[in-house]
Amino acid sequence: MTEKVLVRPNAYYDSATLMSVAQKVKSEQGVDEAVAVMATEANKELLANVGMLSQEAGAATTRDLVLAVRGDSQEAIEAAFQMIEAELAGAKEEIAKEKAPRSLAEALEQKPDANLVVISVAGQFAAREARKALEAGLNVMLFSDNVPLEAEIELKTLAAEKGLLMMGPDCGTALIGGAPLAFANVVRRGKIGIVAAAGTGLQEVSTLIHRLGGGVSHGIGTGGRDVKASVGGRQLLFGIQALEADSATEVIVVTGKPPAPDVEVKLLDLIKTCKKPVIVNLLGGDAEATAAVGATFAPTLEEAAQLAVQATGLSGKLPIVGSGTPHIDFAPNQRWLRGLFTGGTLCYEAQLVLAKKLGPVYSNTPLKPELAADDFAGSRHIVLDLGDDQFTSGRPHPMIEPSIRGEWLTKVAADPEIAVVLMDFVLGYGAHREPVASIADEIQAAQTQAAERGGNLMIIASVTGTNEDPQILDRQVAELEALGVIVLPSNRRAVEQAALVLRNLEGRQN
Amino acid sequence: MSILQEKVKVINIGLGSFARDLESAGVDVTNVDWHPAAGGDEEVLALLDKLAPLAEEIDAANKEALGRVLQAEPVLVDLGPAGEMIAGLPERTLLHAGPPLEWKEMSGPMRGAVIGAVLFEGWADSSEAAEALAASGQLNFVPCHHYDAVGPMTGMLSPSMPVFVVENTTFGNRAYCSINEGLGKVLRFGAYSQEVLKRLAWLRDEFHPLLKQAILEVGGIQLKNITSQALQMGDECHNRNKAASALLLRELAPIIAGLELPRETVTRALDFMRGNEHFYLNVSMAACKASLDPARGIRYSTMVTAMTRNGTDFGIKISGLDDQWFTAPALAVDGLYFPGYSAADANPDLGDSTITETFGIGGFAMASAPAIVKFVGGSPQDALEYSRSMYRITLGENSSYTIPNLNFRGIPTGIDLRKVLEEDILPALNTGIAHKDAGVGQIGAGVVNPPLACFKKALVAFVEAHLGEEDN
Repeated sequence: MTEKVLVRPNAYYDSATLMSVAQKVKSEQGVDEAVAVMATEANKELLANVGMLSQEAGAATTRDLVLAVRGDSQEAIEAAFQMIEAELAGAKEEIAKEKAPRSLAEALEQKPDANLVVISVAGQFAAREARKALEAGLNVMLFSDNVPLEAEIELKTLAAEKGLLMMGPDCGTALIGGAPLAFANVVRRGKIGIVAAAGTGLQEVSTLIHRLGGGVSHGIGTGGRDVKASVGGRQLLFGIQALEADSATEVIVVTGKPPAPDVEVKLLDLIKTCKKPVIVNLLGGDAEATAAVGATFAPTLEEAAQLAVQATGLSGKLPIVGSGTPHIDFAPNQRWLRGLFTGGTLCYEAQLVLAKKLGPVYSNTPLKPELAADDFAGSRHIVLDLGDDQFTSGRPHPMIEPSIRGEWLTKVAADPEIAVVLMDFVLGYGAHREPVASIADEIQAAQTQAAERGGNLMIIASVTGTNEDPQILDRQVAELEALGVIVLPSNRRAVEQAALVLRNLEGRQN
Repeated sequence: MSILQEKVKVINIGLGSFARDLESAGVDVTNVDWHPAAGGDEEVLALLDKLAPLAEEIDAANKEALGRVLQAEPVLVDLGPAGEMIAGLPERTLLHAGPPLEWKEMSGPMRGAVIGAVLFEGWADSSEAAEALAASGQLNFVPCHHYDAVGPMTGMLSPSMPVFVVENTTFGNRAYCSINEGLGKVLRFGAYSQEVLKRLAWLRDEFHPLLKQAILEVGGIQLKNITSQALQMGDECHNRNKAASALLLRELAPIIAGLELPRETVTRALDFMRGNEHFYLNVSMAACKASLDPARGIRYSTMVTAMTRNGTDFGIKISGLDDQWFTAPALAVDGLYFPGYSAADANPDLGDSTITETFGIGGFAMASAPAIVKFVGGSPQDALEYSRSMYRITLGENSSYTIPNLNFRGIPTGIDLRKVLEEDILPALNTGIAHKDAGVGQIGAGVVNPPLACFKKALVAFVEAHLGEEDN
């Protein structure tokens, strides 16, 4: 053990600085004790207590700095002194940086004119945050799911009182004033306002409007549970009213799965009062009742987009995407369809279209309970929504991380009876940046496997997106075509194409 | 106006990728570094939600409580023996810091201070006898707070020790605090050597009559002025009292100098005050106590009216639950140590001095005291953040006391029990660190928080007290 005591005359530092320096040095390897003090009487006593009050230190005055270090070796002490000098010399510049706010309240202090809060925290905390946002007069997009039904009703009631949007819970997509929220695409701004009780439905309609030359004023999401009797379509109705009052909106599109009967009555009553043209695309909804209130019924998402664009005075022709359907020779036992969807609404629309043309189609989100299927077993047509809760628990949604679809495609490829595979590729913010590339290996392997069996696997896809999306529509289509995938310009057309091929196969075998 | 007609400005809470996407799409977005309310404690959240229907009553009560604190006018009016100044103090009573505490639960410094006080009062003639008396159950140990008093560190007060009397002239209530003995071996850190007892006797017999005379002669001293000026001069009036002590001395010195007393007596008194940078601390504490007390006992108020430690437990009081202490074991102080000492030597958190933070100075006004920011991480920025975050757990600001570095914003005032839990931010307290053994004294200083459990317990009791009937 060795020590060194140094007096620096007329060197003043405040005691807190000195204590912090000493503390740092003391924690160094090989340092037993480190003292940095002004030579006051009290401090000299402290130095004496630790046995380092040298004669020089004892004679020092209150204007003098005493540095004392005891350590294992001369080297350790020298290092410690260097450290002290460096610490004392470095009057550290601390740049005042604005800290990220830790709460909604703090964020509002930084940005008092914010008008929308996007909430995607865990379900058990989400309603609380949404309530605080509404109370502060902010519109809410609540992406989180697992929010209790009572909370949803309470939030939507509060929002209605305040004249605020309460999109969600479980609202995956919205486009407000051109801002793409959560899973949304980059689309032209325009005259068409959309209220959607379905996320990928909104994505499909808005991107098709864009590709048809039209534009979107706002896309208001409601969350899937909104149209249930318990919630009463609160946000759906509010959204229509808001768009009716919005000067930028000329045409209103309502899209989603069919609402509860009570909600449908309220919806139609409201539409009756609308002065703007309303296009109603409630998948599987009632065309006659819709027409009776003066609205236009659109059976599919694509038709909703097309009718809306036409209502704004444009011709609304969907450009041809892809190179058409090549002739493919199937093996005699190939006759069934497998759908591997990531978009829930797209999967549902597929079933509606297929049901009319192919007979029973099974699904994990079936049109009727007796058509339920949660895997790909059996000689029958099956389409799965891989984004449904049963497949996503504990893993990200396949739109974000599509590897689950590759696994399912590999299972499909092993089944020699499958003729056609249907897939959706959803682009936009929030979605995987390379959705096609992420499944390219499995596609190639599946095709090779089918060919080795003497058959062929026809993969038909649609891509929901625009060329302005981060993934670039044309690039994804080109990648699909390079893999031998047949690409149609909308989900509806892809499904119809699949139906056509399969019906031909039925004709062949019957 | 509906958002549909406005430019969208987004606050994003949750997935950071949503904010990044919006930013790259050219949307004005602020991302929140979100933490679940109440640290995700669902029990606390459920209790807070239960209080939601009472929000109106609570807000009104808190407004009243805060208003009373803002109206306070603390004036130093007198000085005299605790037994005379404090009404109703029972025989053989020792007042101590913190929530209630039995002899057997006392930490080293607290026991040392008890022994010192017993010796000082002449209730025993040796430390062994004093200890035996303390353990015998024949003494009353009572929190200072129960008699409108406060004391730094052990807060030990015996009947013949002189106390400052601070009157809140707006409401007429009074608060009491001992005279600060200085640093080193002192009773408030549990020292009871001859040197300590001798100084106490001098304070009682020579210094206090002199100072009392000066206070009476000057007709009372407005403490609001001194504290608020000191905040402009680098003090936060808890851990740093240099400016305030000088300002107080400036008020008193001419009067003291003019007293008809022997020159040595006057010199000793002035020299003592000059040499004690914490002289003002005890006055500051009594001022804070006097300012806060009128806010006690307001039904439905969730305002914190006391935070204090006895070296074993930390205790808080809530206005709407004024007869109850909510306690949990006191925490260790995160601090810097004097040469020769380390965290291993430290006693758990101790003293009534957190009355200053309860009022809104001390750690809450850290931004005012750049000279001691080393205790909180080192940079002035850290000190600013300390003070800034306290606004998130307080009911309002006291514009009589401003913080220059925060653009002369009023000090954060009126800690709200609900906000502490909801925001998951504990009050930031500046404090000295006592050695765990009696009599060693101060060994460092730093920052500490109250234990969260105090606030949770208080919330449970508050919900029970204010909603209990409806639940049954």
